Parts: sequence; structure tokens; C-alpha cells
Amino acid sequence: MSRTLFDKIWDAHVVREVPGGLSVFYIDRHLIHEVTSPQAFDELTARGLTLRRPGQMLATADHNVPTRHQDQPIQDPLSRSQVDKLTENCARHGVELFGLGHPHQGIVHVIGPELGLTQPGLTIVCGDSHTSTHGAFGAIAFGIGTSQVTQVMASQCLLLDKPRRMRITVDGELAAGVSAKDVILHIIAALGTGGATGYFVEYAGSAIRALSMEARMTVCNMSIEMGARGGLIAPDSTTFDYLHGRPYAPRGENWDRAVAYWQTLPSDADAVFDAEHHFAAGTIRPMITFGTNPGMGMPLSATIPVLTDAAEAASLDKSLRYMGFRAGESLLGQKISHVFIGSCTNSRIEDLRTVAAFVKGRQKAPHVEVLIVPGSQQVARQAIAEGLDKVLAAAGFELREPGCSACLAMNEDKIPAGAYCVSTSNRNFEGRQGPGARTLLASPLVAAITAVEGRLVDVAEYVLDHELSS
Amino acid sequence: MEKFQTLRSGVVPLPIENVDTDQIIPARFLKATTREGFGQNLFADWRYAPGGQPKADFVLNDPRYQGHQILLAGQNFGCGSSREHAAWALYDAGFRVVISSYFADIFRGNALNTGLLPVQVTEPELQALFAAVQADSDLALTVDLRAQTLRVPGRAEPIRFGLDAYKKECLLSGYDDIDFLLSQESAITTFEQHRPWIF
Repeated sequence: MSRTLFDKIWDAHVVREVPGGLSVFYIDRHLIHEVTSPQAFDELTARGLTLRRPGQMLATADHNVPTRHQDQPIQDPLSRSQVDKLTENCARHGVELFGLGHPHQGIVHVIGPELGLTQPGLTIVCGDSHTSTHGAFGAIAFGIGTSQVTQVMASQCLLLDKPRRMRITVDGELAAGVSAKDVILHIIAALGTGGATGYFVEYAGSAIRALSMEARMTVCNMSIEMGARGGLIAPDSTTFDYLHGRPYAPRGENWDRAVAYWQTLPSDADAVFDAEHHFAAGTIRPMITFGTNPGMGMPLSATIPVLTDAAEAASLDKSLRYMGFRAGESLLGQKISHVFIGSCTNSRIEDLRTVAAFVKGRQKAPHVEVLIVPGSQQVARQAIAEGLDKVLAAAGFELREPGCSACLAMNEDKIPAGAYCVSTSNRNFEGRQGPGARTLLASPLVAAITAVEGRLVDVAEYVLDHELSS
Repeated sequence: MEKFQTLRSGVVPLPIENVDTDQIIPARFLKATTREGFGQNLFADWRYAPGGQPKADFVLNDPRYQGHQILLAGQNFGCGSSREHAAWALYDAGFRVVISSYFADIFRGNALNTGLLPVQVTEPELQALFAAVQADSDLALTVDLRAQTLRVPGRAEPIRFGLDAYKKECLLSGYDDIDFLLSQESAITTFEQHRPWIF
């Protein structure tokens, strides 16, 4: 019987089906961080349990760490205590930790792939909804709550009902200046913030296949923003080329066996999905969000929609009041005071290269505060090796140290109340980047242009006027 | 986990769609390393002014709804971050049931693992409930988990809601998934001996 990529990995990981419809589902890799793990370790200890497979776990400190002076003690006592607790728990239970100061430290969804821990055919969980990022390799990866973190610690399994399968096909070629971030913002704007609830999404089509691994991660990362349990992309030569030679990737004969197995994973030609959506890549434009959920997005050159459905209009009206915008207006020319370039969505080396390529020879607008936060120590080292730090510095930008930073503003990196921030992160919820902060989600290129212009401009025109290549 | 069997309680109406977990409990309150005490910061940025004074126009500060243990919310409740702290905050603030026309997947699981019952009704039923609570702020609903019904005063037939049979038994008895998963030890050990996708 024909099966999808998702079915093949799912079926292989069902330990047994439980009467009533749930499955005991096996987890190959469990990633943890300082914010959603302490209560799980405590629960484990309170029940007199131990970690079943500590060797299948990996920890890092990312959500709640400073992005300056990581070599010094953390100033905020609560943040320090949370990071210390992770260190203690990992030492006590034998979990490998890439903590502050470690050359592999970074955002959990950046380091898994770059170390080669994330591989096709695996099941990967983490107490973080953006675990869907790892699906870019053809893995089943999804976020879990802290009770489930305890369950995986104790049993290496979860009790799950099987999600429905959705395929989103994007065919054609992307226009100049349009990136993976614009693709996923376009899809979420079309499907809505709850449009894929209950589904696991496979992204397919020629435009998806043409993306680099880092760009595929950007797409899969935001699957949760339309409610999907996760997203994944069939592994292919792009996937294999990316993984080859990475520290935790298979080697020698194992590599050959791995590739042979991975090549069996893509969805069968006649596999059936529970829902299908199609998009034409050529119609996608550089995007911006105008509201307070990621589904409230539009092309930069468009105007904020005027809705007729009463419930939808009320919801939009509440968002627009928070944002200080009006239905029907254009955002071109909108003055912007803050720009954040970072997060598990867009903090990888290709993102920093895009930003550096644009700002080279230009200057940051004087009134704009900019945070550029690499996703990992490895990304930071690579940026420095390529001289990107110097390009950024010459344009008036500072390259910070790795962490989640202003994506969720748990550390000191907050956007002030009322301020507009163009952000390469994944959520524009009220207060997400600090109480009262107003977030506009966009691609790294749009963020870089905004940092230089100090206001929103139409990237499509910019590309023509300034002969900017994508 | 506490058992849940039946509840008769007043309702707190929150007719807002797509309530995300950053609203339920903002990230800056996630620095605690224990599960207790999140209730005081439930909906913090909607509930309190920047100086900490309660905002009079937010429903949790409305004296008519104090002590009510059922939250009635717009569709797609609990979207966004996987933080279970959102379910803990609702539970710690006294809520035992959330009613909506659909829930974000991770939140639904977190709520069930916390002992907070997510009751999914149809969109017309949800709108009828909002109207009924608007007409009578003291309206008391009766949630019967074993029967999977929601009784509404003045409505002849109860509203029926779906729930996985296993999760229902867990809530009725106060068991959680760990107890069950640990009982699967031998099947898991057998499974682990053959994982040909690990290279």
C-alpha cells in the first residue's frame, strides 16, 4: 500500500497500538533546554525514576541566556538559577550538555542540524514548538509539553494519536528578493494561524526542492504557526550533501547504508494525503506581517485587508489596535525603530550572509536599534571566519553571542513598549518581544533593508532600483 | 494528577480567537523552575497595567465572574508555544475546564496532562454559550466527564463532547501517561533491539 514520507517514519516508530486509537510511539532523539526541563527532572526524581536513555538526549542553554558577555556570570538571578539547574541536572543524570562557553552551544534547533544529529527517518522531540525545524531533513520532529518531556525521559516513548497528513506543494521559481521566509509567511497567510491544526505537513514541489537545507529549515520551522504538529521535506541529495562529514553523521560504510535507507523514505508517487494545497512560487512576494499572529501577513506592497466577516473583523480590529495600524492602509514608509535578526527561524550562516551582502557599503539608519544574534557558536565562528562581523560593524551593526534573544525576550534583549520591530523570528504575538512591543515578521533581507532605510520600503522596487540580486 | 469527574461552575467568557500561550503566560514568567504559582501571572499583560494595577476592563478582574472555574474562549485556544506553563497557570488560577470550538494540539495535550479538561464544542454551540453567559453572568454549567456532556440551564439537551477513551479514563482516575508507558517496558525493550535507521 502506498505511503507518505510521514507514514513510513510513523509506522516504523510505533512500539504498539493501544486499544482506543493511541500509539506507544518511540523517540530517537530528545533535545532539552533550560526553560522546559527543570520541572521534568524534578518529576522524574519525585517518582524515583531515572533517565531511560540519556545517550539519546542532548542539552543546551539557549532560551534564557544573555547575548553579551557569556563568559561572565549571568546577571539576572532567576535566569542564572535556571541555567545552573540545567547544568546540575545534566551532570547528575549523565546528559551531554552544550552549555554557555561550549563550542557547540546555540539555539537547540540550530545545533541539532549543524552537528549532524538531525537525520532523515528519525523521531525528534523537544520541549519547544519550533522542533518542527528538524523536519527539513525528512524526520518526524515536534514540540512537546513538560509532562511529555518527563514521559520521554522515563520511557523514551509518548502516547500519541496519529495526526492527519497534509501536503503543501510549491511549484515554480521564486522571484528575486523572495526567500524561504516569504514562502512560509505566504502559506500561513493563506491557510491561517489554525489552518493546519491536527495535521502533519509535507512540503513538496520544485520550489521546495530547490531550497538549501537552511532555507528548508526556515520553512519547516514555522509549521507550528499554522497549527501543524510539524512539517517535513523529503530527503534528497541536498540533504545528504549537507549532512556528509558532520560530527554526528554516519561515516564510512554506515554512511552508504544510511543514504540507501534514506532514499526509501520519500512519499510514494500515488500516496494519498488527507488535505492538499498548491501554491505558485512566482506569485510569492516579499512578505510582512501587520497583526498579532503569523497568519496576519501580506506582501510588503499590499494594503492591510478590510474584512467583512464580523468575527474575523473583530479579531483583526483588536490586533490592529494593538499594532497602531488601520484596515486598508499600506505599511510602506512606516517608520521602524528596532530590527531583530536571529531566532531558530533565521539565524544561520546563509541568513547572516544575506544581511552582510546587503549592508556592505551601506550604513544603519541612525534611529534604528539592531540586534543581530547568530544561532550558534558555530554560526558565529563561521561569520567571523568569513569577515561578516567586520562588514556588519562597518555598517554600524554588532554581532551578538548565540541564543534565542529577542524572539521571546526572556533575557535582557527586549523591544520597548509601543516600538515597532521588524523581526526575522517566528511570532508576532502581543508582547512576544517585550510588553507592549509591536512585531512585524519578515525575511532577513527585508530586515536588513529596513535597518538601513529606517522605514518599510518595497523590496521588489528596491531589487530593481538597486540591482540587488536575491 | 487530580481526578476529574464532574464540575458545576460559573463561566468566565473570553470571546477572543487564537489566544496564544504567550498571552496565557508571558515568557518572562517562565524563569521559575517549579510548577507552582503561575496563576498569579495568568494573562498578565491583559490583566494588569504596567504598574501592576488590575485593568478594570479585563474579564478576570470583573467581580461578576470571580471564582468561576470554566473558561469559555474563542476558537484555536492555546496556539503558539508548547509551554505547559500555560495549562499550569490556568489550573493554578482555579480553572478546571476550558471550552472552545477547537484547541491547538500541543495545548490540548498539555491541558489533559495537567488535569485541565479541554471541552470542544461546535462553533454555533460556542456562540450560543457566549450569548447565554452574556445574558446571565451567574450561569452555571455542569460538566460530566463520564457522560461526556455539558449541561446548560434552559437548554433541553446537553451538549456532547468527544474525548479519547484512554485520556478520559486517566482524568477520571487521576492517572497519567507515565504510569501507562512504564507498564510497556518489555515491549519498548524489544522494540529498541531493532532500529535499523540508527547508523
